[in-house]
Amino acid sequence: MMQNIASNRPAMIAAVIVGFFLVWELACDLLHVPNYFLPPPSAIFKEFLTAPDWYLQQCLYTLLTTMLGFGAAFAVGLIAAIGITYSKILENTLYTLLVSLNSVPKIALAPLFIIWLGTGVNSKVAVSFLIALFSIVIDTVLGLRSADPDALDLLKTMHGSPMQALIKIRIPTALPHMFAGMKISISLALVGAIAGEFVASQEGLGWVILSAQGMFQTTRVFAAIILLGVMGTVLFFLVDIAERLVCPWHVSHRTAEAKAMAQAH
Amino acid sequence: MIAVGPLPSNTKDQSFVQIRKAGKTYRSKRGDVAALKDINLDIAMSEFVSVLGPSGCGKSTLLRCLAGLDHPTSGEILIGGQKVHSPPDGLGVVFQRDVLLEWRTVIENVLLPVEVNRMNRREWEPKALQLLDLLGLRGFEGRHPWELSGGMRQRVSICRALLMNPTLLLMDEPFGALDAMTRDDLNVELQRVWMADEKTVFFVTHSITEAIFLADRVVVMSPSPGQIADIINVDLPRPRDLAIRETPEFGLLSRRARTLFQEMGVIRGGRGDKLRVAS
Repeated sequence: MMQNIASNRPAMIAAVIVGFFLVWELACDLLHVPNYFLPPPSAIFKEFLTAPDWYLQQCLYTLLTTMLGFGAAFAVGLIAAIGITYSKILENTLYTLLVSLNSVPKIALAPLFIIWLGTGVNSKVAVSFLIALFSIVIDTVLGLRSADPDALDLLKTMHGSPMQALIKIRIPTALPHMFAGMKISISLALVGAIAGEFVASQEGLGWVILSAQGMFQTTRVFAAIILLGVMGTVLFFLVDIAERLVCPWHVSHRTAEAKAMAQAH
Repeated sequence: MIAVGPLPSNTKDQSFVQIRKAGKTYRSKRGDVAALKDINLDIAMSEFVSVLGPSGCGKSTLLRCLAGLDHPTSGEILIGGQKVHSPPDGLGVVFQRDVLLEWRTVIENVLLPVEVNRMNRREWEPKALQLLDLLGLRGFEGRHPWELSGGMRQRVSICRALLMNPTLLLMDEPFGALDAMTRDDLNVELQRVWMADEKTVFFVTHSITEAIFLADRVVVMSPSPGQIADIINVDLPRPRDLAIRETPEFGLLSRRARTLFQEMGVIRGGRGDKLRVAS
């Protein structure tokens, strides 16, 4: 029985999550923890049911911010990475600048964006974009550079153009790296969106958390946090699914390797 | 050596490839390093030339110069009377690693040169399938490279090199990474493919047996700097089967090559050279 669950990954994950909430519920109940300190999952769920439409609306706002930030980071990151790969000047300027900028905690820039772009959605998208950008650029540059030199030479002997080298060899080679970067940056885009909402907002889950906290509505804070957790997980797995669809050769490579490793042990 | 084979090299068109005093010197911080020195070599149309030498004798550098991927620092290389500046037309290249694109199926890999030259894929597909068939890969066209063995992958890369009917086929230790049996198998296969339409082949290897088995002429190179030590004519009848390697004629040729390497000090254990175990 245990063996069955252990070998079935989705069942395993579900069991762990259910178990976690069960322990939480029981602990709150047995230890008489007050709701304002740590509400039990059942109370959080009831809170969510009081206004599901409203919660969903806040979710969508944060989701929109995240997706816009992530989308912009992806587009800009890809173009910047191609530029950095092909141009020594861009590598020395833009790349150096990005690396040094990355050591500044970007959340610290959030108040600045409120000044520059106002309290609307733009400033949150900007924070989300900035925080998501770095890992996409770094991983895409790494991926574009890891193209097989023999393959590039082979293309030259076929009289292939630099553009063909980019499209037929460099980008496909970079895709697995890009997805690795995207998995990190989709989570970071969500962090950026929440950070932006913390600074100044009238909408979104970040604003829900901040305003509820001010009124000691801990249950509401938790409802928003759990929704954020769900959203982050779903976004991550969407990127994972996209990876499986876009570069199946890499994923199957990985699983084949994993199988070989498992057999070796 | 007297030419007795069915394809003596003097009946072929002269000098399709002309290498004239080609040299290649790399600049490094510790001074100049000569990779190639004074290479003079003519290769006739339809000739199969093996270039044999130890690692670091510049044989791959010479191949890269022929491919237009690298350039000699002195002398010149002409292919079909044209000086090589960039990759010449009608070139097929096979590297030691198969360099298959993992994200493409076997047939898509073979059709890569057609795609790169912006030609009609449909028109070339029958030719690609025919080549795959010739190399024993029928039924594998829809597979991905990771589903194939090393030997099969290298066959695919040979198909890709042959697809657009190259006049010059450059092979850089193509079977160097394969196990001995697969290598034997592919040697026979390559000979069969070559005999079908006799392309000019420049085949780089460090295996004495392989070099002799395949070639009309074996160019023996010595290391640092890379120079031609000797050119051995191989007048063994074709088609050659693997058993030819045990014949006295073959033994004589391989002894000649081995003696050269012993004289260079590349192989130890020659006559008058005590076998020593490095301590």
